[in-house]
Amino acid sequence: MVTEYQTSNQHENSMRKTHLTLTVNGTIHTLASIPGETLADLLRKRLRLTGTKIGCNEAECGACTVILDGEPVLSCSTPAERADGKTVLTIEGLASLATRFSRLEGREQDASLPQGEGLSAALHPLQEAFIKHGAVQCGFCIPGQIMTAYGLLSRNPDPTSAEIRHALKDTICRCAGYPTIEKAILAAAHALRTGEPVAGPDVSPSAQQGQVVGHLHLRPDGVEKVTGQAIYTDDLVFENMLYAAVRRAGVPHAFVRRIEVSRARQMPGVAAVLTAEDIPGENLHGLVTRDWPVMVGVGERVRYVGDAIAIVAAESQEQARAAVEAIEVEFDLQPVISNPVQARQADVPQLHPKGNLLKHIKVRKGDPETGFREADVILEHTFHTPAHDHLFIEPECSIAVPEGERMLIYVGSQIPYQDRSQVARALGWEESRVRVVGQLMGGGFGGKEDIAGQIHAALLANATGRPVKLLFDRRESLLVHPKRHATQITVKIGAKKDGTLTAVRTELYGDTGAYASLGEKVLTRATTHSAGPYVIPHVHADCYAMYTNNPPAGAFRGFGVLQSAFAIESAMDMLAERLGLDPIELRRKNALRPDTETSTGQVLRESVGLMECIDKVSERMVQVSGLLRQALFKARRVPESPHLIRAWGFAVGFKNTGLGGGADDCAGAEVELYADGLFEVRSSSAELGQGLVTVMRLVVAEELSLPPEQVRVRVMDTDLTPNGGPTTASRQTYVTGNASRLAARTLREAITATLAEKYDQPPEAIRFEKGCVHVNGHALTMQEVYREMKAAGKEPRVLYDYHAPATTPLGTPGDMHVAFSFAAQAAEVEVNTLTGEVRVLRVIAANDVGHALNPLGLRGQIEGGVVMGVGHALLENFITENGYVVTDRMARYRVPSIVHTPEIIPIVVEDPVSTGPYGAKGVGEIVLIPTPPAITNAIYNAVGVRFDSLPVDQEKLLWELQKRAVALEL
Amino acid sequence: MSLWKEYLHPQTVEQAVQALSAAASPAIPIAGGTDLMLDLQQGNHPPVHTLVDLTGIPELRALEIRGEWLFIGAGVPHNRIVESPLAREHAASLVEACGLIGGPQVRNMATLGGNVAHALPAADGTIGLLALEAEAEIASPEGRRRVSLPALFRGPGQSTLAPTEIIVGFYLPLRAPGQGSAFVRVMRAQGIALPILNLAVWLERQEETIRAARVAVGPAGPTPFRAVQTSAYLTGKPFTAETIAGAQETLLAEARFRTSPARATAEYRRALAVVLLKNALTTAWQRAGQYPGSNQQ
Repeated sequence: MVTEYQTSNQHENSMRKTHLTLTVNGTIHTLASIPGETLADLLRKRLRLTGTKIGCNEAECGACTVILDGEPVLSCSTPAERADGKTVLTIEGLASLATRFSRLEGREQDASLPQGEGLSAALHPLQEAFIKHGAVQCGFCIPGQIMTAYGLLSRNPDPTSAEIRHALKDTICRCAGYPTIEKAILAAAHALRTGEPVAGPDVSPSAQQGQVVGHLHLRPDGVEKVTGQAIYTDDLVFENMLYAAVRRAGVPHAFVRRIEVSRARQMPGVAAVLTAEDIPGENLHGLVTRDWPVMVGVGERVRYVGDAIAIVAAESQEQARAAVEAIEVEFDLQPVISNPVQARQADVPQLHPKGNLLKHIKVRKGDPETGFREADVILEHTFHTPAHDHLFIEPECSIAVPEGERMLIYVGSQIPYQDRSQVARALGWEESRVRVVGQLMGGGFGGKEDIAGQIHAALLANATGRPVKLLFDRRESLLVHPKRHATQITVKIGAKKDGTLTAVRTELYGDTGAYASLGEKVLTRATTHSAGPYVIPHVHADCYAMYTNNPPAGAFRGFGVLQSAFAIESAMDMLAERLGLDPIELRRKNALRPDTETSTGQVLRESVGLMECIDKVSERMVQVSGLLRQALFKARRVPESPHLIRAWGFAVGFKNTGLGGGADDCAGAEVELYADGLFEVRSSSAELGQGLVTVMRLVVAEELSLPPEQVRVRVMDTDLTPNGGPTTASRQTYVTGNASRLAARTLREAITATLAEKYDQPPEAIRFEKGCVHVNGHALTMQEVYREMKAAGKEPRVLYDYHAPATTPLGTPGDMHVAFSFAAQAAEVEVNTLTGEVRVLRVIAANDVGHALNPLGLRGQIEGGVVMGVGHALLENFITENGYVVTDRMARYRVPSIVHTPEIIPIVVEDPVSTGPYGAKGVGEIVLIPTPPAITNAIYNAVGVRFDSLPVDQEKLLWELQKRAVALEL
Repeated sequence: MSLWKEYLHPQTVEQAVQALSAAASPAIPIAGGTDLMLDLQQGNHPPVHTLVDLTGIPELRALEIRGEWLFIGAGVPHNRIVESPLAREHAASLVEACGLIGGPQVRNMATLGGNVAHALPAADGTIGLLALEAEAEIASPEGRRRVSLPALFRGPGQSTLAPTEIIVGFYLPLRAPGQGSAFVRVMRAQGIALPILNLAVWLERQEETIRAARVAVGPAGPTPFRAVQTSAYLTGKPFTAETIAGAQETLLAEARFRTSPARATAEYRRALAVVLLKNALTTAWQRAGQYPGSNQQ
């Protein structure tokens, strides 16, 4: 036995590796092997190659893709040991490979680049193509996209679009610039094969170009995002840093009977365990209503599974999680309220001191009963939409760093100043002692407006005096942060025979979940938009925003209007059929236009591009389909596959720009000229991938006649940047765009005045041109201008506080909003009548954005919005069962990938709003609002099945088809 | 606390089997690890002490003709199967199944042996292999043996392999003239997106008659399901609409389709089984009409 044992031991020793030797980006590393380590951890933590991202840690998203011995693999689920003796290429190493394609290196004056903006870094053609085509938005998935594409091109230098889609099918981009990613890969492949420069995108400039705005420009953060140099919060490491974990309730409704943390406190590596008792300041937080406990204490009520009970900081992530497991909690379970209709019933438990009703929201215009009496046809129908998760690829991460008397919070947040006040309140501090240092965000879409881990990290950092990182894993992200509101919406419409709408009455139930978050605001928007962008004499809308025991619901791109647009636009198609009218004509007949009045009584004086959107989409539908106008909405069998039936569907939408409703909608921006001749524009407004930083840069460059690269942008820091307000409500291009524009204009005037005096010239004689100032026959560089300003005792810096035009609250006369964006979309679907499967083939999307300041960024917003809309129509469903979350992994909450992406045909309509910067209004949300009803209307047109709840269920579709088997014999 | 304590790199099958017997327990083999790593990370697998990595064993990476058989090593990743001219020639249903699993990142790692050993009733690779009447070679401390594929499955997620055994590879009969196979599946896009149903067909035709057929479908029971009665029904019948209809009826009679919450009802699976059987039969029939060596993809 002894001999045998020794033999096996020797065998084992020869199989065991104490060290790993691997070549990473051309450098050989020999590292001690660490049991349990993944390749992603080795790269990110030990080699500090943080360009490789962790989005899900469950082999679903593809963000962690690296090349291992020539093949793309998911580093998050690859044991590090497996890389022993192998070669790894990460995003950081790709640029150095570009030197082997030296013809593409150092091309600072590349004629193919828009506006002469050089890419000074040496980049691989894939990296260059991703930047030039605008495929980079939030940037978090981009390393994975590029490495997956690199793997494809290594095997197949000349891929077709279908091959690209096959290769990228599991590499998820939630900004969803899939069409652009595909085009960028095609352009890079062509450049690699031919040695020609990387071709630029096929995107038209604005019809109203300025010197800078309205032209194609590159993102200021593009190069760092394609090279892996871009730093997101989890990429930061501080000396002496602790790692945090949160004990979640795990039950949807209960009272906490007992919390026992003594065992957790004794666990190895644990530095602090805190409960509600340990909060020095206020325990309640919240954006509008402070009803959300930082932690639920003994005797208090748990309202959803994600409620925090205790928090732990430890020397390692694993130790923190182990300690959380050791915390004992006893609950008195309570009956669960699982939907908003149930929440309003008389005899159910009341979840908050003021009851289950967060708000009853009312729209009152005219008298619907009068309108219904005048109607020839009355139609009534009830619709349902589910909760949705934002599924930004970057999970929430906060790092709190104590610094003297202050607390620094590193976080990607949509509202940095709100984070500051909420953290300060929980600590019981003056706000000025907290500084939020905003980080790049790997997507937000409204899901990073509320507090996630900011307060917990700060409490632990305060208790231990050490930096604390709190990173959510995907499951925690899905359980905890607010979702899109699930709704039930009943629409009653009255219309004359000719289609003229006489009255609309809507009743909405919105599930705001356990806490208010932005529920009141979201559901106000749902309510005010619930009759659609139509002229209707009589409108009543009632919305009940209800608390339940589901995860909270809050802001999500579309902000309630996505839900109400699905209801009203479905109902409009049902009405068109009932009246025997063309769906487009019914909408044209009733569409809002200048000098008409919305449901809330706002008279629209300008910038109502809805008719132009409708007309352009209907023309384009005829053009691309080759069908007669009257055949568009008819079912067509695919001749070679008669079980496939196609048709087009149509829908419109509108969405307010800005907060409105009487709020003081303001943003500060500061513009400063530095000694090196560069300008900086600053605001705390958030960049979550949507491209605000590009807009700020372009606006300042426009006002000061600068090349864009002469303008730096700094955002999201409560010490260094003025308050830009929340990044929500499609407001930032408008408010921060205006603030930046006016700050730059004021600085220009100050420079003009200083130089006019110095050179004794009339101000009109001083010209700004191409980054210089011309005065008296001299061209002063901006360095010289800086010196002139300083010499004159003037600070070359202007802070501008912009306030949007006043609005009035809902229920009072006047303008509720400063502007509306409008859209029309047509979707072509194909229904498989044997399986019930649905594919979206093409979407034509026209959006009235006022003025396309940043056409390349706008393209990304349009494509991403349509793809998200396809997801909401056909895939996405955040499922809860009696308060418990079923879709608690990325594998269970499906979002669209490149294979779900239709051909997207964008049409930009520019009907300017006089108060917007150069006429621009919001675009971030309108882009996805008409997509779901356009798709469900198309399904109805194809096979006669009306979906009144989302997402479209293929099994239900098949059963409905079987019932209609006879009718389908076309 | 870490996912494992020891990681071993055997170079031969014998070393691997030895390691599984002798290393600190629990010791389990890891191939591609694409499922195992997630199960460990998400706490769905009991804790392990030792991982025995099979991917460095050359024998497990072989893909070659061995006499009358095509041998595919258990450690061959899906992408290599998809790209292999030998597999495309002799194992169309397997190639189609492997091409549908995950994205390239997963297919580069995930192995055929892992797919089979995981013993899930609807594993794509397993269903593709089952219709080809593959045999598996098993290595244990006592030596090696060959078993038919169905003998490997005990229940959902449970194989008949002992803890000290590994799959070395699979032996697939070479394709003869008149033979062809096909694999098809349907996903559900909404909510929890998983394959709802997959189905593979192998058949041999003689002029207009089906000389022999094998149908596999999943999930249709606790283990990957061979539709024996359907296969028998098809044997000797002419390839006609009536035959297909009869096969569909037989399949519905013998397969036990279940309802999976948030995925599909049993009724929907029945409706799809009918569609998939017809599609796979038609494709396999066409392929059987082509000579081996001609492009069957």
